[in-house]
Amino acid sequence: MSRRTTGRLWSGAAILIALVWAFPVYWIVNSAFQPSDRLRSTDPAWFPVDLTGSGFGRVFDDEFLASLKLSMTVTLIAIVVAGLCAFLGAVAISRFRFRGRLQLVLVVLAIQMIPPEALFVSQYKMLDEWGMFDTVAGLGLLYIAMILPFTLWMLRGFVDGVPIELEEAAMVDGCGRIRAFFTITFPLLAPGLVASSVYGFLQAWNEFTLAVVVMSPDNRTLPLWLRGLSDVSNDAIDWPGVMAGATLVAVPVIVFFMAIQSRMTSGLVSGAVKG
Amino acid sequence: MTRKLGPYAMLLPAFAILGVALGYPLVRQLVMSFQEFGRAQQFGQPAPWVGLDNYRALFTDSTMWGVVTRSLAFCAVNVVVTMLIGTALAVLLKRVNRTARLTLQISMLLTWAMPVIAAMTSWQWLFDTRYGVINWVLTKLGFESFHHHNWLTETWSFYFVATVIVVWMSVPFVMFTVYAALTQVSDDTLEAGQLDGATAWQRFRHIVYPTIRPVLTITMLLQIVWDLRVFAQIYYLQGVGGTPSKTHLLGTYIYTLGIGQNDYAMASALAMFVLVLTLVLTSYYVRSLLKESDA
Repeated sequence: MSRRTTGRLWSGAAILIALVWAFPVYWIVNSAFQPSDRLRSTDPAWFPVDLTGSGFGRVFDDEFLASLKLSMTVTLIAIVVAGLCAFLGAVAISRFRFRGRLQLVLVVLAIQMIPPEALFVSQYKMLDEWGMFDTVAGLGLLYIAMILPFTLWMLRGFVDGVPIELEEAAMVDGCGRIRAFFTITFPLLAPGLVASSVYGFLQAWNEFTLAVVVMSPDNRTLPLWLRGLSDVSNDAIDWPGVMAGATLVAVPVIVFFMAIQSRMTSGLVSGAVKG
Repeated sequence: MTRKLGPYAMLLPAFAILGVALGYPLVRQLVMSFQEFGRAQQFGQPAPWVGLDNYRALFTDSTMWGVVTRSLAFCAVNVVVTMLIGTALAVLLKRVNRTARLTLQISMLLTWAMPVIAAMTSWQWLFDTRYGVINWVLTKLGFESFHHHNWLTETWSFYFVATVIVVWMSVPFVMFTVYAALTQVSDDTLEAGQLDGATAWQRFRHIVYPTIRPVLTITMLLQIVWDLRVFAQIYYLQGVGGTPSKTHLLGTYIYTLGIGQNDYAMASALAMFVLVLTLVLTSYYVRSLLKESDA
């Protein structure tokens, strides 16, 4: 076989794999646009037909709005508080030399890897004793702690990326240290702040495990709401409705994810790539 | 004076929050893992100390040890399969034309971006007993036994479904990172190797592999840690048809023990096991990140 033909074969294989891999994603959207009885027939419905989006209408109810509100509140609290704390910490680690600095970085990196499973029972007990079980404050606290370490690490990289000489030049020209930082370095950090906030948003918005542990069925974040839609105790699952729900949850995530994806890959393994 | 305390003051908010949300529960958990929580404790009796009994049970109690070994095996299988497919696709990505490359990249980005629960609903629907596409396709292909087949009742089949889902979700990250590493491999060296008569395998073994090895190691470490935390996937599948008692992995078992049965002692001991295991696995990753940044 010539080189060209094998090249074509590989390309064909790649496209086939791409289609198979994306199928579950397509299947959500396709099923969301089916009339509810169509999905209970023997053969699958391969293409969207019910473009009225009636499935969306059925799931867009008060429960959805309550979950949306809860998710937005908790996520916003987590991003803002974690962002502020991480920003201060990142500047301290990047711009100051002090005793214990390396150890702090180590701790931050290690914390970031702790799975929720390794602490959630104890966290549940703590919140329960403090009367914070099933509250926005309780879940918010856990989410802040969840996204803070990586946000700090990410922002530290961005602060490192702005040469300190720029600030020093401003200081020579008579600027105070703090003013030099805020007029020179801070504007250059804007993309970093945006990227780390988006990352925090994705983490908190998609979080499921901790929400299962510390929230009650009366107060469900969006992932818990979505999980409830296809509960097995519910005999007649409204599949177009469930898939419409999944679409509603996924769309903002996919949009934001695409915006920062290149940073995510390089951030997680930059150490290894540069060797 | 202020100059010296400045950085500590700036770090204080971050570490205060981490201390409250993670540090305090960690200390409590360590203490609880040496205690016993029975019926009396539910009525307010103080929990007695039992030393290392809970930890001993981890390795002697058959249920407990079963969960530990199943989790490790599940993790190992998922990591191996994910790494193999991810690396193979990265290599494939290097050899295909622009259209194919773009299509595969977009497809992988879409999967990677999917929120875990949205993806789970899709897979639940695909594996559905009566109307699922997977049963339909298998039946059409001639495997009649898959007509109205329930994938979640049998333990092995349950883990197979879980593996398909976890691998599906994890491959994109591996593919993109390995692909990024492959683009760093010098074309000149490869060409020189070819001119000197090295076969494709030799070129991979002696030129490509040494270049991408650090990335493979790190990626695999991250995968190991991530595949130990599959609470969401397992919990979800148990909720839609799996038998929890037969399919528990570490996360769901800790949850059942601690929150379902109020056995904080055993739950804590198991959780400490997960924590220590993760930190041991992570130490290499942390060191390599630090080395790069010279922090």
